Amino acid sequence: MQDGGIVLSMRNIGKEFPGVRALQNVDFTLRKGEIHALMGENGAGKSTLIKVLTGVYTLDTGYINIDGMSKAAKIRSPQEAQSLGISTVYQEVMLCPNLTVAENMFIGRGKYSFVNWGQMSRRAKKILDNLGIPAAPSQQLASCSLAVQQMVAIARAVDMECKILILDEPTSSLDEQEVAKLFSLMRELKSRGVGIVFVTHFLEQVYEVCDRITVLRNGELVGEYKVEDLPRVQLIAKMMGKELGGLSEIMAKKAETGEFAGVPVYEAAGLSSAAGTKPFDFSIKKGEVNGFTGLLGSGRSESVRAIFGADRMTGGRVSVNGKAARITKPIDAMKLGIGYLPEDRKRDGISADLSVRENIILALQVMKGFFRPFSRAKAKAFADEYIRLLGIKTASADTPIKSLSGGNQQKVILARWLLTHPEYLILDEPTRGIDIGTKVEIQKLVLKLASEGMAITFISSETEEMLRTCSRLIVMRDRRIVGELNGEDMTQDKIMRTIAGEAPDNA
Amino acid sequence: MTAIKKIRHRQPLTDSNLLLIITISIFAAMYALSMIFFGGGFLNPQQFLNLFNENASLIILACALSVVMIQGGIDISVGGITALVSVCCAVYLEDRGGSVLGALGLALGIGLAFGLLQGLLISFLDIQPFIITLAGMFLARGISTMVEVNPRTVKHAGFSALREIEIRLPGIGYYAKNGNFINAKIELGVIVALLVLLALFVVLKWSRFGRSLYAIGGGSQNALMLGINIRRTRLYSYMICGMLSGIAGFVYLLHTGSGSVTQATGAEMKAIASSIIGGVLLTGGVGNIIGTLFGVISLGTINNVVVAMGLKGPWWQGITTGAMLCLFIVLQSIIISNRNGGSFKLALPGWFIPKKKTNESKPPQ
Repeated sequence: MQDGGIVLSMRNIGKEFPGVRALQNVDFTLRKGEIHALMGENGAGKSTLIKVLTGVYTLDTGYINIDGMSKAAKIRSPQEAQSLGISTVYQEVMLCPNLTVAENMFIGRGKYSFVNWGQMSRRAKKILDNLGIPAAPSQQLASCSLAVQQMVAIARAVDMECKILILDEPTSSLDEQEVAKLFSLMRELKSRGVGIVFVTHFLEQVYEVCDRITVLRNGELVGEYKVEDLPRVQLIAKMMGKELGGLSEIMAKKAETGEFAGVPVYEAAGLSSAAGTKPFDFSIKKGEVNGFTGLLGSGRSESVRAIFGADRMTGGRVSVNGKAARITKPIDAMKLGIGYLPEDRKRDGISADLSVRENIILALQVMKGFFRPFSRAKAKAFADEYIRLLGIKTASADTPIKSLSGGNQQKVILARWLLTHPEYLILDEPTRGIDIGTKVEIQKLVLKLASEGMAITFISSETEEMLRTCSRLIVMRDRRIVGELNGEDMTQDKIMRTIAGEAPDNA
Repeated sequence: MTAIKKIRHRQPLTDSNLLLIITISIFAAMYALSMIFFGGGFLNPQQFLNLFNENASLIILACALSVVMIQGGIDISVGGITALVSVCCAVYLEDRGGSVLGALGLALGIGLAFGLLQGLLISFLDIQPFIITLAGMFLARGISTMVEVNPRTVKHAGFSALREIEIRLPGIGYYAKNGNFINAKIELGVIVALLVLLALFVVLKWSRFGRSLYAIGGGSQNALMLGINIRRTRLYSYMICGMLSGIAGFVYLLHTGSGSVTQATGAEMKAIASSIIGGVLLTGGVGNIIGTLFGVISLGTINNVVVAMGLKGPWWQGITTGAMLCLFIVLQSIIISNRNGGSFKLALPGWFIPKKKTNESKPPQ
């Protein structure tokens, strides 16, 4: 690891939003040719710090110095940040879907008045080929998969000859191969002397590529560490501000893996939906936690959406508690005691401008009917109960949900479903994009609910989590169920083999 | 893993180009069918060129609106500005003894002033463009009434000379009743409109500003993150729109020879309709200025068809225009949402969508 000069130093950074002190006296130092992880739970101030650096927000106090220049850098817009050699890749693809791949790589950069399409296309082709990105320069960006779009965003940032590259959770939409590709790219840039700021929720990734870690908590600096001086457990402890016993607790409390007795809470035969799932059979019993696993796009989410009636059913029979049932719309499922926490929290989950209280009672209200509203006192009682029960951090029950951090928003949605007292709860990626402390809490809650007799389907793209919580795993590939694992068979290795299509006996 | 990353060998067209092709095909089919079924006027090149002669100022207005709509905005003051310019120029030429050049300057000045003011309010104060330009529309009509209540015919010598200019196309024409070959003619305004069109085509396709318009229409926050100065780009787009409205007003006066408050009534709506038929999406980011031209002449042709069918009532034009606009918008929505795996198909009955499309997987989230 070479320690070059300091390429970026941020000192005493402070940023205040109405009612929230997002950053307070934060220092951050980035050296030439290092990969520096910026860690912290949701709401710790990572995003704010990065937005200050990229000119989306202007800072209230402190100063930023770039490349050892004698005076403080003024960054008032993303444009100015770009011209100072800072380029950024965001978690959500911040490109224009209506433009071509090549245009997205070059628009808004440098000084030019007219576009040379031929030259731009050739340059783009070269970069795409170098990075092995499967996209053509003249293709419209919207026609690429999300992962490819993200790679295009990275290609753009890489090509900008930047001094500072900020990667804000770039890996959440990439599969393992693509992540590996990204990492080798990061290492190459590092050897060229680029300073890289890497924000991620995946601890493994931090230890794989990073040299240093800066930890933030509640908008304050906890400290800067060399990776080798900070073992994982300590890192988590620093992020949470307390020692962590949760993970080992979960291991001990893992649900029974034996047979579950009784009539299935939910049973489907040959179920298929308009979203393109192949007909599948599925059943779940009281107290059972099962999971759907598979690669991105394998149809896990589509399957549970079919169960909940979120996509139009095209075939199959469904029975609930042994009685034949018809589920064509989510409300049918809700009335039969099924709850569904959707994968995309922003799009399908929260009603951003409504308050926490209104978001919590929403599902119950829908089941009761909108013309028979709850009294304010009753709604408040419900909301307060679950805010306390789940430890939701919010200023009050009347705060708009959009001002909460991701993890707390997720808890609110969870509360919404728990309030309906479902017999069967489907959780699609409940732990995505939230901090590790909340992740552990949610997993614990899942096990607790199951032990109280609720049937739960738990989906997560982190296989580790599913292995910890589920007693049965359904493996999917290409929108079809290819295997079912339980008990001793539930290992990373077995899952991968099943996905790859090898007979389990060969393992 | 291979399932996720399927490289497409045949690249699909961009949305803009797809919609452009649809517009041109529909226009060509419509015109060809009219030639076959109605013959007569449709076989006369002059009638085709009259589509341009009659609609020169509308072409300019539609182009102006396309520029604004591509960046995701709207400007409904253009008709008002056109009327104001025609009135002001008429009064200036007749009562104040102005020169033609002065009138042109006045037209550009009025248009630019409106564009600048509206653009500043929209870009820098983040006010809804619809509301600001609605105010602009009333303002412009109001000022025109203040300047001159009655219609004014322009008899100014220099201006009349300019009006007389018409370009005879060599080799293209028709035989008059007495057997003489008459060359088809186009008016000066058409030349202006085509020059405007050409200039905008170049700007939208090759200039940094033009591409920024598309980027902002595709997603203004994302465009900001890509380092595009969205405020300035938006301001310029409204200034261009205003300036072109001024030119359109001048061309209007050139065509009709009189300035009146009631002129160009509903022109903004016709211009919006033409842009949409030409493949510009109201949501922004998609569109082609050539399509806009075809949008204008498609509307003109529909009107000719209505007349040729013997439906003489004035209401038929409105009805057919409405039907055509509706058809195009539904068509665009279906095509675009099917291509991008949108949620539109969920709202449609199953039989509406071709089987192949439903199976096509949406990119994994």
